[in-house]
Order: sequence, then C-alpha cells, then structure tokens
Amino acid sequence: MKLWGFVGAISLFCGAAWAGQPVNGGLGFQPPGSDMMRQVDSFHNVLLVMCFSISLFVLALLAIIVLRYRKSANPVAQKFTHNWTLEIAWTVIPVLILVAISFLSFPVLFAQETSQKADLTIKATGNTWNWSYSYPDYGVDIASSNLLEKSDSEAQNRPYMLATDTPIYVPIGKTVKMLVTSNDVIHSWAMPAFAFKQDAVPGRVNEGWFKPEKIGVYYGQCSELCGTRHAFMPIEVRVVSEEEFGRWVVEQGGQITTAGTVTAPGQDG
Amino acid sequence: MASQAGHVVDAHDHRPSLYDWKRWAYSTNHKDIGTMYLVFAIIAGLIGAGMSGLIRWELANPGVQLFWGMADAANLQTDQIFAMKKVAADGTVTYKSFFGNEHAYNVMVTMHALTMIFFMVMPAMIGGFGNWFVPLMIGAPDMAFPRMNNISFWLLPVAFILAVTSMFVDGGSMGKGFGGGWTLYAPLSTSQALHGGPAMDLLIFSLHIAGISSILGAINFITTIFNMRAPGMTIHRMPLFVWSVLVTAFLLLLSLPVLAGAITMLLTDRNFGTNFFNAAAGGDPVMYQHLFWFFGHPEVYILILPGFGMISQIVSTFSNKPVFGYLGMAYAMVAIGFIGFIVWAHHMYTVGMGLELEAYFLAATMIIAVPTGIKIFSWIATMWGGSVDFKVPMLWAMGFIFLFTVGGVTGVVLANSGVDTVLHDTYYVVAHFHYVLSLGAVFAIFAGFYYWLPKMSGLKYSGLLGGLHFWITFVGVNIIFFPQHFLGLQSMPRRIVDYAEAFAYWNYVSSIGYVIAMVGTLVFVVMLLDMFVLRRRKLEAGENANPWGEGATTLEWTLSSPPPFHQYAELPRLPDEKPH
Repeated sequence: MKLWGFVGAISLFCGAAWAGQPVNGGLGFQPPGSDMMRQVDSFHNVLLVMCFSISLFVLALLAIIVLRYRKSANPVAQKFTHNWTLEIAWTVIPVLILVAISFLSFPVLFAQETSQKADLTIKATGNTWNWSYSYPDYGVDIASSNLLEKSDSEAQNRPYMLATDTPIYVPIGKTVKMLVTSNDVIHSWAMPAFAFKQDAVPGRVNEGWFKPEKIGVYYGQCSELCGTRHAFMPIEVRVVSEEEFGRWVVEQGGQITTAGTVTAPGQDG
Repeated sequence: MASQAGHVVDAHDHRPSLYDWKRWAYSTNHKDIGTMYLVFAIIAGLIGAGMSGLIRWELANPGVQLFWGMADAANLQTDQIFAMKKVAADGTVTYKSFFGNEHAYNVMVTMHALTMIFFMVMPAMIGGFGNWFVPLMIGAPDMAFPRMNNISFWLLPVAFILAVTSMFVDGGSMGKGFGGGWTLYAPLSTSQALHGGPAMDLLIFSLHIAGISSILGAINFITTIFNMRAPGMTIHRMPLFVWSVLVTAFLLLLSLPVLAGAITMLLTDRNFGTNFFNAAAGGDPVMYQHLFWFFGHPEVYILILPGFGMISQIVSTFSNKPVFGYLGMAYAMVAIGFIGFIVWAHHMYTVGMGLELEAYFLAATMIIAVPTGIKIFSWIATMWGGSVDFKVPMLWAMGFIFLFTVGGVTGVVLANSGVDTVLHDTYYVVAHFHYVLSLGAVFAIFAGFYYWLPKMSGLKYSGLLGGLHFWITFVGVNIIFFPQHFLGLQSMPRRIVDYAEAFAYWNYVSSIGYVIAMVGTLVFVVMLLDMFVLRRRKLEAGENANPWGEGATTLEWTLSSPPPFHQYAELPRLPDEKPH
C-alpha cells in the first residue's frame, strides 16, 4: 500500500504541485497531507498486515483440508470433538491481537479527538447542495462553494467532480479548527488527505481540526447521502504559504489581523 | 430410530394438491409456509439483484448514463442513454431519461438494500429454512402457532408490495420514491422540502408490516424451540441451526420494536407535527441514528446468525464428523447476539459524539472478533481430520468460511475509530458489508439451499450446474467487491451516482464482476428449471431419507424426502448417549 501511495505521489509530483486527490487504479490511501493522516496511514499498515496474515492463515488451513482430508485422501474420518488447548488458544490469541491493536488504535483516536490550540477557525455549513464557509477571525465569508462545471474543469485542467468554483484557502503549518454544521439535512465535510471527516448536522456545531503540512490542492466530497445532488458537492482546500493566504484574505474582502497569532476561543472537544 | 420413509405413501398423509390455492393461502403447515418464504425470497432476490445491476451499470463509467433526468435537444450527451423524446406544443424538443434523475439512483440504492435485507435474506433464512427445519430438527410436528405462522408469511408480500409501490409514487420535490438510504436518516426522511410526498410514508408502513411479520415469527420460533422439543432433545443437544434461529429470534424480538418506534416517530414528524428529530424545534436528528442503529446493528447479526447455524450443519455433514466444540459454537452465537446490542454507535463515529463514547464503541466492537474467531476456527477444526466430501453445499460452505473471514478482518479495521474517520461512508464500508452479507449470508443461503433442496423436494439437482453456479458466482462477486476496498481507501464516497475520473478503473472492473455474477445467477435459474421442470432425477429408495450419508445425523434425515405432510405422529426419542 505504502509503495503504491509512493508511486502515486511521485507521479503527481511529476505532473503538478502536490495534490490530495485519488489516483486512477490506486490501491491504498491518498498520500498523507498532514501528520494526523500519516499516523492513520502507518496504523492502517499494521492493520493490513493483520488482515492479510489472518486471511492467508485461514486460506492455508482450508487448502490443507482440501489436500489432506478430502474423501479420496482420507476415507475414514476421525471423530474427535474437543481439544481444550486449541480452544483456549483461539480464544486467547485473538484477544491478545486485539489488545495489541488497541494499543496502537487509541493514541490515533485521542490525537484526532483532542482539541488543539487553533491558529485559525473555519466554519463550514452544508446546504443542499453546496458548502458555504466563513473565517470568523478574518471576516471572510464564502456564500457558496459549488461544483465546477464539467466544461470549466476541462478548460482549466482540474478534476471534474472534485474541483469547486470557489476553493477555500488555508495557510501551511497552521492548526485549523473546523466547525461543521448544516442548514438543512445532514451532510459530511470530509478531507481524506488530512484524515478529517465530520458530519454536518443541523442544530449542532461539530468541531475538529487539521494541520496541513504540504502546499498543494486537496479534494474531498460530501460524505453523507443528502439528496439528488449529493454526488455533486465537492470540497476543495488549497494549502498555501502564509503570504499568499494573507493576499487571498484581503482579496475576499477580509482583514488580516496579526496572522498566525490569532487564537480561537478554546473549547473542549 | 426407525425411518418414517413409509409415511410418504401412507393414505393418512392428507397432502393436498400442489395446485389447490387454498393449500397455500390458508396454509398452517410449517413446510408449505417455509416453501412460500423460499419462493418469495428467490423472487425478491432476483428483483434486488436487478436493482444492483442498474447501480453497477450506472457506475461502470464516469458520467451519468442512466439517471440523468432531463436534457434539451442541444445538451443531450452521447453517453446519456435511454432517452425518451418529448415534443412540446411549440416544437421544443426535450429528452427525459427512462430511469429518471439522480434521485432515482438514490432510490435504487435504498430499495436494493431494503429488498435484500427485509425481503430476501431474512425470509430465506428465518422464514424459509427456519420454518422448514426447526420443527424437523427438534422432532416437533409443526410450529407452536401454525395460524400465526400463516399471517407471518402473508404480511410479507403486503410489505413488499408497499415498498415497491413507494418507488413509483411521488416522493417529493426530488422525484418519485424515497432516496435517503435504507437507514432512513432524519431530517432527509422527514424534510417536507425534499421528501414531502407519500413515498416515504408507504415505506414506513412497509417496514412496520415487515417488522410485525418478523416479530410474530420470532415469537413462534422461541415458543416452538422452548416447548416442542422431542423427548431427550435437551437444549444442549439441539442442532446448531436451531440454536442459531433461537438467538436470531431473540435479537428480532428485542430490536425490531425499537425500529418500529423510530420509524413511527418519523411518521409523526412527517404528518402530525411532532418534532422528535427536528433540530429547529428542539429535536435531535442524531437521536434517530442512535435508535436506528440500536436496531440496525443487531439486524446485521440477524442476517448472518442463521447462516452460521447452517454452515455448522453442512460442514459437519460433509466432513462426516461431529461439530467441533459444540458448546463453544452455541455460546459464541449467544455472545455475538449479546455484544451485538452494545456496539451500535460504531456506525456513527463521525457524527460528533466525543472521545469517550468513540473509545467505548471502539473497544466493544473489537470484542466481537473473539466469538467470531471461535466460530471460524471451530468450523476448520470440524473439517480437520474429517473425510471431506466436496459436494455442492460444501463448496458454498468453504467459500463462506474464507470470504466471511475477509469481511471480518476489514470489520476490525473499520472498528478503529481513527481509521474509520477516513473510511466512513466510503466504498471500503460497501466492500466490507458485502463481504459479510453478499458473500457471507448469501453464500450461506445457497449452501443451505443446496443442502436441503433434495430433502424438501425429493428430487436431485445437477451437481455440475450447482458446482458451476458456485464457481462462477465466487469469481464474479470477488471481482465486484474486492476492488471496492481500493476505491474506499482512495476515498470514493458511498451512494454517489457519478464520480471523478480517478475512480474509473476499479469501478469498471467491479461492473465486469457483476456481469460474471449474473451469469452465475443464470446458471442457478437453469439448475432450478432442470430440476423442477424436467424432474429427471428422483432420490432412489436407498437414499431417499438421507442422500448425504452417515455424516448427516440430524433428525430431518430420518424422514422421507419430501417429508410427510404431517411428520412425527409418534414423537422421535433421542438415544441416551451424547450425540456430540
């Protein structure tokens, strides 16, 4: 998996800047765009080893049965029905494997769910069928970020179904606090390369965070069935340098306070 | 115990004619009712498979080919097929898709799931095989409440007709039918703006009725198993299939009322001004998800547990060896059933429930892997040292064991909340639950079907066609679902009608797999026609009661094939020695 992710990353580097997006024929995760996703990725690699070893172990046992205990090879069946050692072993060993997994799993969960001191806050609101955004720290409001039409995507050489007409910008290396909510039905704001997904539920504001560490364009999609145009409400995040972010904020009619020192009100997750 | 094969020609058998409609409509006979359940499940299964065909057809290539809705003459794309031309009075030409718009795709996804769950797997396993073989296996003349059994069945076609009708009536502003997924999440399902039409109300009634049908069935099974076992058939000597139906019946009895309550709240939210799930009026949409999954998670075990039971019978029969670790097997199912009730929120990791809850559900969910592992390894140990005869049912059972393992390990991956954040609501989840249900439950159903078909009919099927059916299906479904893991890891969301170019390759492969699997289904239909229309092979006198040999030790193999219309006029008595 890692290898394929690597190959994908290389091929993307050759083409353009870093991009958090799927690759045709890809087998594993998108290349991580944050430390959080790297943690998920390396934990998942351990899980993959577990998956393959258990599946292959069962397959090997079945193959031995086919070879050794098929009727023609073993005409007289044995009649044993108990073996306490074995039964205890296949109860205890899986428990140990699961305990080992949980030792790796809980830290990833805690890292995701523990609030960080935020450098900036973005509020994403799901609508049928687009996203609106606001940056309360800078007074930037984006009324709607829509699917970039097919003809425009082709003209601009951007991925149709993933690109939006109004991408949002975040500065590199800053902790972004995402507040996610909805105006109507439930949507879900997902950014796979940052290991981020929060449901947008009307009547509540869900909180999460991500910290992008590579400049580039990152894509996600609405991840909760929300009606006719559910497939057509992509999410596009551009990770840029702090200066470029400042220019973008001003372009959007916002005002940069001392960038990077703004602290969102602390909140416990 | 003496064989009752002689009863089949007994003048006192009173078997009515196959063509007497009253035999079926008024039936109180567990075997006839079981047969009706099985026929119903086959019909619903073919309809559900047809729906998944439209899904895979749509997803074979990027772009919206089937569910594109409307286009005017200038904008009609060449890949938009099934266009119906409409000429207005002023001469403007518009085209409309035969299949409707993207909402119709969502309807198709929703109805595929509901059909397969409520009208295919549950009727086949519980209503079909449960009705047929629980009384036969415990030595009972019939079910405890034969008339209730009749209404249990006949409610089901009513429910199915309501569900299918809902696809063709007004769903609201988005189009015909309900397109909110089988989970019926509020507020999409309660939204007057989006689902204002009667389609959702029909679907709610459909599920109410299907739920009543299942609850009545569950009451019947529990009563039958607790009270009507033959002398000597103690709880700890019951065949594992009976154990599995008993556990399933308890899960149904405890979980379905919660679903009924939840969808009744949807109904009153929609029609009578309540606001259970309306955030604007103080309700909570997330509460619906908790209620739904409190039913929904036990439901997925309801779909698989009877399969566990069947696989145990089949593996033991064809290995010519008693079940390994009988008590462990029985109580592993009890444990799976119990834990199944306390893990529901792992379907909702991204809903914003906070660290402590996620940590609890992570730990609880992983525990399920332990009893499941006990089952897998006990099946293998049952075969180990046996004299394994790879007849058609055994092929399906072996396929089940391996594919269920694959679905099980991806379940452990998804249990980890940290990883699930990335994989939730992607095709990885679709691949996972199709491995445990489509390749697990459905393989178990076919295993049971090929195992008991000679018993139920007195006819033999073509082993060649049965084997062909297995191998083609095995290859096909793996090509459908294995690549979906890759799509999910690359983060393709579920339930989308169109996707980015980057998801094209594996989607195309997946759709090819569907075509292969459908060839397998065709072989299945040919096998049935060959068996029941040509009726070339009858079970000979020597193998009439038991075509599988000495490995088949449960009571149904002591009866003739097909069994007498009323069996066990004199109750069988189990020998004193331990059978396992």
